[in-house]
Amino acid sequence: MTVTLNPDVHEAGTARRAKRSGHERAQGRAAAILLAPWLIGVVGITAGPLLYSLVISFTKYSVITSPEWIGFDNYVEALGDDRLHKALQVTFIYALVGVPAQLVFALLLAVVLNRTLRGTQIYRSIYYLPSLLGGSVAISLLWRQVFGGSGLVNTVLGHVGIEGPGWLTDPDLALFTLILLHVWTFGSPMVIFAAALKQVPEHLYEAAKVDGCGPLRQFRSITLPLLTPIIFFNLVLQLIGAFQSFTQARIMTDGNGGPADSTLLITLYLYQQAFTSFRMGYASAIAWILVLIVGAISALLFITQRRWVFYDD
Amino acid sequence: MRRIAIIAWHAGVLAGAALMLYPLLWMVVSSLRPEYQIPGNLSLWLAQAPLWENFASGWNALARPFGVYVLNSTIVSIGAVVGNLIACSMAGYAFARLSFRGRRLGLGIVIATLLLPGYVTFVAQYVMFSKLGLVNTFVPLILPKFLAVDSFFVFMITQFIRGIPRELDDAARLDGCGYIRTFFSIIVPLIRAPLATTAVFTFLWTWGDFFSQLVYLTKEDVKTAAVAIAAFADPDASTEYGPMFAMALLTLAPIFIVFTLFQKQLVRGIASTGFK
Repeated sequence: MTVTLNPDVHEAGTARRAKRSGHERAQGRAAAILLAPWLIGVVGITAGPLLYSLVISFTKYSVITSPEWIGFDNYVEALGDDRLHKALQVTFIYALVGVPAQLVFALLLAVVLNRTLRGTQIYRSIYYLPSLLGGSVAISLLWRQVFGGSGLVNTVLGHVGIEGPGWLTDPDLALFTLILLHVWTFGSPMVIFAAALKQVPEHLYEAAKVDGCGPLRQFRSITLPLLTPIIFFNLVLQLIGAFQSFTQARIMTDGNGGPADSTLLITLYLYQQAFTSFRMGYASAIAWILVLIVGAISALLFITQRRWVFYDD
Repeated sequence: MRRIAIIAWHAGVLAGAALMLYPLLWMVVSSLRPEYQIPGNLSLWLAQAPLWENFASGWNALARPFGVYVLNSTIVSIGAVVGNLIACSMAGYAFARLSFRGRRLGLGIVIATLLLPGYVTFVAQYVMFSKLGLVNTFVPLILPKFLAVDSFFVFMITQFIRGIPRELDDAARLDGCGYIRTFFSIIVPLIRAPLATTAVFTFLWTWGDFFSQLVYLTKEDVKTAAVAIAAFADPDASTEYGPMFAMALLTLAPIFIVFTLFQKQLVRGIASTGFK
């Protein structure tokens, strides 16, 4: 209650009520002013476009001409669209391989760096840096060279007598190369793990040591169970992020998801439909299908978490 | 730990760090090398004096001098930071401290939009901005920030203000401050930490953003640095590595500077919210 410190609190009941409603009105006015931008944003930038995109997903619309109602045609087309299915498959592999691999490295390094030795802070910063840079166009350009035909990786392989493959031109390897870049950015989940590791009570480890548990057993029986909420958190967050990856696929290969659509991430396909072919209706339908898929995955994770996520309380 | 274990630990961690950083360092060195020395050269050692020419030729390699793109990136990023700071803190204060009708609903909307994927509204937003004739302006990139659409920050600031003792703003109101003045003179100075986190992340995200800038900025004069250097990836362009790396480094420099200056805010921000 905001009026408890009001000096007039001992006045007669009616006066107090008047005062309070005056306060409420003042708060309402202040809230209206302070929340006006947010409210305009909700209506104009979030909720409005959200509904609008649902509407245009039932139309044929190229921005220049006016939308033409076609019912469920876009969704029917999506069912039979081989490139869309390929894009979904590519995105699933990218997310379901890249994210767990990234989290394994993140957890490993967080545990290794969970020491009070000199230099730990600097090491942590170094491991963190790539995750800040990884999504940029500049790093994708670098990665293009590193995994190019005569790039760094193949030069190293050449020195040990192996003829390197075309990492970004071989349909079997291009997506793997993109995943590698994703794994390289394990720094941000690592920082989250590091913060969580500091919360693990020291006495648990001491008790385990007394019982004769080695470091591996301690990790498996103490660290891992206590970290499951954070693993879950990182998993959800990184999966949602991975489903929105775009820059790497756009820059590192030919920009169209090649070779042979092997790097056609769903955002890239959406971009092509909306902003190269200007098929706004179909692009919106794809976006909604994607929302349903990502929503289903999140829901699945939330349901299964009861089986493997350990909550203290 | 025994001495030998400590040494082994340092050796292992250092080797990993070197592997992580090697491509970055190699890019820095390559940007200072003549073209013929770049492919196939693994060394991080400059064989001769640094070749600054790559920066000069990269600067002029694209349709406009690179300064144009850097300036555009700066305008968009600063605009986004200012917008988020003002709009998200105002909304955060209202949600944390004021009682008004629809408050619970509003907070519900904030939380619901936390996980809303951007692409589901993106196409419709594009249609809207394009009907308003705002494609190839910075408005679609900056205006939403002034309307507090980044729910993460609204939520973070709301939670932070809830942790501030109420006595402070009550005392201010006893002195005759209205709610809005209380916000500016009492709350704003107390929420410097979440504001710094907001500013740092908004800057990093906007500066590094590619997708929306690629869609909205197609004319050379309004392109940002991220969109401009993407031209180096054009298969038809016969780009040399030296100038390309030089310009790529220029676009990474602000991220690196922010990283070194604001590590504390970054780590706190990530640890509390899980941002990248």
